[in-house]
Amino acid sequence: MADKLPLSLTINGVAHELAVAPERTLLEVLREELRAMGTKRGCDQGSCGACMVLVDGEPVFSCLSLAVKLRGRAITTIEGVEQGRELHPVQRALVQHGAVQCGFCMSGIVLTAKALLDRNPRPTVDEIRHALGSNVCRCSGYAKIVEAIASLSEPPGPALPEGGRS
Amino acid sequence: MSHPEKPGTGPTPVGDILGKSVPKLDAREKVTGRAVYTDDMTLPGLLHGALLGSPHPHARILSCDTSRARALPGVRAVLTAEDLPDRYLGAVIKDQPLLARGKVRYAGEPVAAVAAVDLETARKALELIHIQYEVLPAVFDPEEALRPDAPVLHEQRDAYFSLQENTEARARSPNAASHVRLVEGTPDKVWDQCEVIVEDVYETPAQQHIYLEPCSSLATVDRDSGKATVYTSTQTVFRAQAITAEVLAMPMSKVRIIAPRVGGGFGGKTESTNQPIAVALSKVAGAPVKLTFSRTDDMLMMRSRHAARIYVRTGATRDGRILAHKVRMYYDTGAYADDGPFVSALGAWLARGPYRIPHVEIECWCVYTNRLRASAFRGFGNPQVHFANEVQLDRLADRLGMDPIELRLRNALETGERWLGGARVESGTLRACLERAREVSGWSQRRSARASAPGKRRGVGVAAIGHVSALLGSSATVRLNEDGTVTVNTGAVDIGQGSDTALAQCAAAALGLSLDQINFTGPDTDGSPYDWCTAGSRTTFTVGRVITQACEQIQQQLFEHASEMLGKKEKDLELRPGGLVGVKGQPDATVSFGAIAGRALYFKGGPIIASSRWLFPAVPIDPNHTKAEGVSSIGNGYFVFAAQVVEVEVDELTGQVQVLEAWSVHDVGRAINPAAAEGQVQGGFVQGIGLALTEELVWRDGHLLNPSMSGYKVPGAPDVPVAIHPILLEHPHGEGPFGAKGVAELSLVGVAPAIINAIRDATGANVTRIPATGERVLRALMAREGMGTRDSGG
Repeated sequence: MADKLPLSLTINGVAHELAVAPERTLLEVLREELRAMGTKRGCDQGSCGACMVLVDGEPVFSCLSLAVKLRGRAITTIEGVEQGRELHPVQRALVQHGAVQCGFCMSGIVLTAKALLDRNPRPTVDEIRHALGSNVCRCSGYAKIVEAIASLSEPPGPALPEGGRS
Repeated sequence: MSHPEKPGTGPTPVGDILGKSVPKLDAREKVTGRAVYTDDMTLPGLLHGALLGSPHPHARILSCDTSRARALPGVRAVLTAEDLPDRYLGAVIKDQPLLARGKVRYAGEPVAAVAAVDLETARKALELIHIQYEVLPAVFDPEEALRPDAPVLHEQRDAYFSLQENTEARARSPNAASHVRLVEGTPDKVWDQCEVIVEDVYETPAQQHIYLEPCSSLATVDRDSGKATVYTSTQTVFRAQAITAEVLAMPMSKVRIIAPRVGGGFGGKTESTNQPIAVALSKVAGAPVKLTFSRTDDMLMMRSRHAARIYVRTGATRDGRILAHKVRMYYDTGAYADDGPFVSALGAWLARGPYRIPHVEIECWCVYTNRLRASAFRGFGNPQVHFANEVQLDRLADRLGMDPIELRLRNALETGERWLGGARVESGTLRACLERAREVSGWSQRRSARASAPGKRRGVGVAAIGHVSALLGSSATVRLNEDGTVTVNTGAVDIGQGSDTALAQCAAAALGLSLDQINFTGPDTDGSPYDWCTAGSRTTFTVGRVITQACEQIQQQLFEHASEMLGKKEKDLELRPGGLVGVKGQPDATVSFGAIAGRALYFKGGPIIASSRWLFPAVPIDPNHTKAEGVSSIGNGYFVFAAQVVEVEVDELTGQVQVLEAWSVHDVGRAINPAAAEGQVQGGFVQGIGLALTEELVWRDGHLLNPSMSGYKVPGAPDVPVAIHPILLEHPHGEGPFGAKGVAELSLVGVAPAIINAIRDATGANVTRIPATGERVLRALMAREGMGTRDSGG
């Protein structure tokens, strides 16, 4: 193991002074050093999106990002998304649309959706589907997740084709 | 909305909570990252565990030297089979040691375990373990494994404890884990009465669960009492407790299992995962141990769906009555039987499909091979044979010149008719599902191949689905708290499907309370009443039933008090929303649950508490109706029905298939939380798309080539349509809570055949092996053109 390097990381607006070995990933630093457990480990190779965080507003796989390379960057994790005690609109929409099942993908999906809406407040359904391309949800089939995010598009995107119950 | 055939069990719902899509109880904590899963937990002095997997698919262990690993600073425990009791795992056949003993039987099989101060040290220690192997010949195909000269996986097969004797299997081959044969009528005597006969061979892959949370257990063993406490990602705390205790030779009184939030299961976490080995490590190390699998270890060491090869012959008369159906199935259970014999038996029992066919012969072999063990997975043996049958039916329809939905309707089982084996269908709603699917999908307008763009063609396909819901035992207690709120205890594990919420809604509706007035507790073997498992589309049905029954007893106790407090007869009382007992016709005459609780606790009667329990009665196979070998009853079985229609677009140049839109019609009996039920329908559908088009574990010479989520492709949002329409019909079931039926598994079962039938509708190509990768579709297209051989796999 290489020697630890001093490192200042800005996470959710708070500067953390750390000593981190150069091979440590941001995911390891978050979960093991800072005990911030909202960011999940699903595959360790950037294929599932459970570990996603925002770096300068852009979605990044924390399992593939070396912590020492993120000096001076603004890191947002799921713990920094709520506004005070209020849910972020993305979080509220996911809850209200019944889009949450096992929840293990949710931190990553909330951050992906937040980044999308910050960049493009009026995404189409197809833009939402493609933005979610790096986030695997094994439970929901994505339909309600996409519907939830689409409900925040201003003005709301085109209505989805009708389902229905008898 | 409802079409009551007969009333559901339990009380009349009070208030408006039943049938409402309320947000799930745990949704907020999950979208904020606050939900606690096993790997998020820690304890003082926590050690980290890791397992060493076998590098060979079949080899004898000649020697094992762990001394260098033990000497590594920071290592606190090193285990091999020698350090463990000589006991074996297995739901049916106890054939699997916790760590390989004497032999390894699949590449990746756990051979040694280490606990160390951190994961890096634990992994370094694994590299220092030196094992000498003598590589043995191996077998990777179930039919080859049944040949007399095949390598034998379990030489001591006859010495294993087996839940069921299986003489046919034993007589055939030591590699046969089980064999089932079900015969009705005389199929071989009626083929000449069939005007159309279709015959083919179908193959389905080893699909893997890929629950997003890899298996994880945190175990701590109290040094003084010897009691183990395990936090773990599981579908059943009680089975995890029983298996852990049994394999480690501990009494169950010394094993406590707690499930925090669970990141999906889909059948992969129904038997033990890594709980027993975490306990064994903690015992030796004298400290808590967390064993969380990497994705690759999880894929190499845990489980998959049974890969299958299925031979089918089906014959019908010119007017579309199916006369005879013969099926021979080979289910590859891998190196260990696990749930395989149950999966195979259920597959055989469902292999006639939801149709009335007078002459049937079904045979299913469950066979050991040197691959990853196969297990329970959403659908439990049905998706494989169902794929073969439903694709077969479309080809039959084609030959008859009949619409595929019409053919299914003509043969669909109705209420009161017999399933294979003789059991009666209590609520035969397949016809209703098919008719609705035909209507909402615009079937007749979309039907028949058409070009949609240069080189692309669109088509629609259908599948009818019959499956089963409910099995084994459940119990619940319901208690009135001093303030009139209620605490509900069950052992049921919510693995993400939302059962906590639906079950709390059942209790709230039974007693007229709001969800805030229900304390729905988590599963913990120390405090929860028994529930067998979150599996088999059973939790809402079975646990919901016992909860509502316990609530009825609570109501009775409330009425006894209220009768005395209000001076009215019990028959004149009613529950009112908000936790009140009132007098019928007198809006002002009420007494609150809180007042009753106070009276019961301090003045008269004692605490208000009720419990209820249920064991699903196994469905016997009627020997007067069906000739059966290898099985005499089936553990699960209220019949549930669905119909699925899908539209696809096939690129004839690349063979790529895009699913454009889907309609999934389910009779759910009663939708307790419609959004949650829809989530099951949509989620199962997309897992079905994976099975149909992309998901397959691939081995070369017994080595898994794609043990990663980059090599094994589960569908992503861009790969699937948003327009997966969940259509819920409500024909109440007499045994389910408020009429509810199970839904979770059947949402997956019809997807693959519906897609393959749609590919055929679009292009005329016969795909007989899934997943229908571009290469396989191209090969089928070429075979259609007479440009190559028929799909022979690859």
